[in-house]
Amino acid sequence: MLDQLISSLTDGLLLGFVYGVAAMGLTLIWGVMSVINLAHGPIIALGMFGAYLLFTHLGVNPYLAMAPVAGAGLIVGLVIYVIAVHRVINAPHLSSLLATFAVNMIIIGVGTAVFSTSPQNIDYSLGSVEVGFLTFPASRLVGAVGAILVTACLYLFLYFTRPGKAIRAVANNRMASELMGIPSSRVLALSFGLGAMMAAVAGGLIATFFPFTILSGGPYELKSFVICVLGGLGHPLGALVGGLLLGGLEGLIPTFMPVSWVPVVEFGLFVLVLLVRPSGLFGAK
Amino acid sequence: MILQVQDLTKRFGGLQALSDVTFALPEGQILGLIGPNGAGKTTLFNVINGVYPPTQGQVFFRGEDVTGKPSYEIARRGLARTHQVVRPLTDLSVRENVMVGACFGREHQHLRPAARLADEALTQVGLIDRADQPSGSLNVAQKKRLEMARALAAKPHLILLDEVLAGLNPSEIASMMATVRAIRDQGITILMIEHVMQAIMAISDRILVLDYGMLIAAGLPEEVANNPQVIEAYLGDPKMTAQLLAE
Amino acid sequence: MKACQTPGFWLPLVIVSVWGGVVLLIHQDTMRETAFILLMAVGLASSLNILLGYTGYVSFGHIVFFGLGGYTGFYLLSAQDWPLFAAAIGGGLLSALIAGLVGLAVLRLRGAYFALATIGINEAARAFVSNFEPYGGATGMFVNFSVYQKYGGPGPALWTTFIFLWITALAVLLVSYLVKHSRFGLGLLAIREDEDAAMVMGVKAPQAKTITYVISAFFPGVIGTLYFFKNGNIEPGDAFQLHMSIEMLVMVMLGGMGTVMGPLVGAAGYQWLRGYLLTSPIFKDLHLAVAGAMLLLIILFVPTGVVGWVRNHVRRLQKVLE
Repeated sequence: MLDQLISSLTDGLLLGFVYGVAAMGLTLIWGVMSVINLAHGPIIALGMFGAYLLFTHLGVNPYLAMAPVAGAGLIVGLVIYVIAVHRVINAPHLSSLLATFAVNMIIIGVGTAVFSTSPQNIDYSLGSVEVGFLTFPASRLVGAVGAILVTACLYLFLYFTRPGKAIRAVANNRMASELMGIPSSRVLALSFGLGAMMAAVAGGLIATFFPFTILSGGPYELKSFVICVLGGLGHPLGALVGGLLLGGLEGLIPTFMPVSWVPVVEFGLFVLVLLVRPSGLFGAK
Repeated sequence: MILQVQDLTKRFGGLQALSDVTFALPEGQILGLIGPNGAGKTTLFNVINGVYPPTQGQVFFRGEDVTGKPSYEIARRGLARTHQVVRPLTDLSVRENVMVGACFGREHQHLRPAARLADEALTQVGLIDRADQPSGSLNVAQKKRLEMARALAAKPHLILLDEVLAGLNPSEIASMMATVRAIRDQGITILMIEHVMQAIMAISDRILVLDYGMLIAAGLPEEVANNPQVIEAYLGDPKMTAQLLAE
Repeated sequence: MKACQTPGFWLPLVIVSVWGGVVLLIHQDTMRETAFILLMAVGLASSLNILLGYTGYVSFGHIVFFGLGGYTGFYLLSAQDWPLFAAAIGGGLLSALIAGLVGLAVLRLRGAYFALATIGINEAARAFVSNFEPYGGATGMFVNFSVYQKYGGPGPALWTTFIFLWITALAVLLVSYLVKHSRFGLGLLAIREDEDAAMVMGVKAPQAKTITYVISAFFPGVIGTLYFFKNGNIEPGDAFQLHMSIEMLVMVMLGGMGTVMGPLVGAAGYQWLRGYLLTSPIFKDLHLAVAGAMLLLIILFVPTGVVGWVRNHVRRLQKVLE
């Protein structure tokens, strides 16, 4: 019993790293410009399809495909910002919520027409890994490592490069940053692009675990909301920790109750955290 | 005593905004509250009118302990207030703005009498011509008058005025001061924060001085004006001030 | 009543009354079906508008009341053999009760946090109902065909359901107008513009918001019961669709939030567009994308919606388009 518990927990935690990367994209955008990107799910799905297409049609190793997928994600984010978000950045929250949701509808609509809703799969197995009594797919381990790498890169970018510092400045106080000469619109666009990039990369990694459709981003978007609130909106590290928490919970719960109760616990926890400590584990920005 | 404030203390995390502030305000007076920027004057208003509860201390309004009560409870008991940074209800018309005051203030009027009361208040502050305009279209001076009309329509016993003169030119100031006097003559007690020294010294019955969250002086305007601590708070070294004035 | 003289009051009511009356007279099934969808949209959009338009609180998961009320009403009429009207009211009351309990807590949140919480509530409700045996768990519930006999057979039953929905839509529009023009409604508008300033002026914001949430939840509950009764079955996937929630928002935004006429115009416009897209060979697969593009254009360029735009540009119509 304990063996099974630890096995499920490890599985969940490894998955949690990838959840964390996805949520980091969302929380970065929220932290910098107070916009909740409701197109987050479809971007994750686009990442899934990106990796899949590169693998299936160009024979690219799915893990190497992460680089172009990341690039595409960045561009998609920039485009979404310029078209949908820029005009409503200073409007009441409802406007940006609906604008990004409109983008969500557009991507899903076009995606369904292009890709249909049949499930796709990346047929690339790395086999299993054995650590002591635990056995799990190697792809999970690689995914977790990839997630940690991406997090590290993000932190290096935010703290050691000029654009990164500009992003932190704008997140802290947009008006003051503008007075210091930082082109805030460009910084906001970049931040949105980065957020989308992380969502796309997370999608690519998830595509190596499970089959997917254009609609698969939805559940991960909902998980990202829960994770961001758990970890504190605006805190990338909090998103990673939140992701691990959620992944761990998902791994543990099925041992104690039927798996169909997992969403009830997830969303119950979500609403509870929002009510009791909306600033999350790491506090609000 | 219409308002009694005892040992009021307010901390925001590590910041001590108010320390042991104590004073009493008799009915019908105009009490002026002055102090350098950041002294805690608006915080004091916020604690008195229930926007946030004090960390320690008590507030008595007309003999009732209202410490920590939410702002709408205190408003209904007859305490109205204007804001330093004006807060009009933008999408509503000027008249509708003032009607909110009348409907939810002390007298809890219904819509039609509230409209009449609103027009009376607007006439008193000189905004009646703009009653049907959206309140977002007013300039700053007019918005300040709107806030006053809103407060008046609530038929309060006590009004807290937060820098009603800020941003006004000299003739607007004179006009506003006349309105303030007229409000007092109606029997409403006034506690006002101001930076325009001449105006507040001229109109107040008594003055309170706040500095770094503490009450450093209280008394008649002339007494306070000559208080060395007050001068130091505003200008720094009193000896040097005297030197500069002498030159 | 002075209100009876203002077109803003009777125009929406007359439009819906006449439209429903025409459908009843012609007594044709396909026309009824189209009208049913439309009236449902009007009812749902207007209910959401009572919360969103008057208090400014964005409920992204408002469909949860449609689902919970629908499930409860369905249970009452299929498992407990209640008559349709009573079951629908029962569904509405349960939704209202949940809104009251949940609202007290959730309405303390502002802006985007509130929106997220409503999504969470909808998902939690769906997940819960999927596990709730009395409501059929993951498979849902089916109506025993004999239930339709109570109303004279499936045909007449559908017409009865239509009439109830018609009355409900009229009721929502009426309530929407009355709230907006009451003292209570003035307090709500004050909350929408500046909640803290409203409280300083004496508006009891927490209570006012909760009451509004309860009102806005009641009608979707009633409508849900009627819809699923007509459908013959109910399952978690159909009852808590986030997409329906968003469509409600789109309809309110398209028509113009905060007005009585707005949701009516928005619902009609959106349903017309949706019907056109679904049947057009070019756009069939892209209807979601087109709806999304439309929503984006509204948000970016006409945020006050059709009715709002007209009101701002044609002063004379302000009294007519409330």
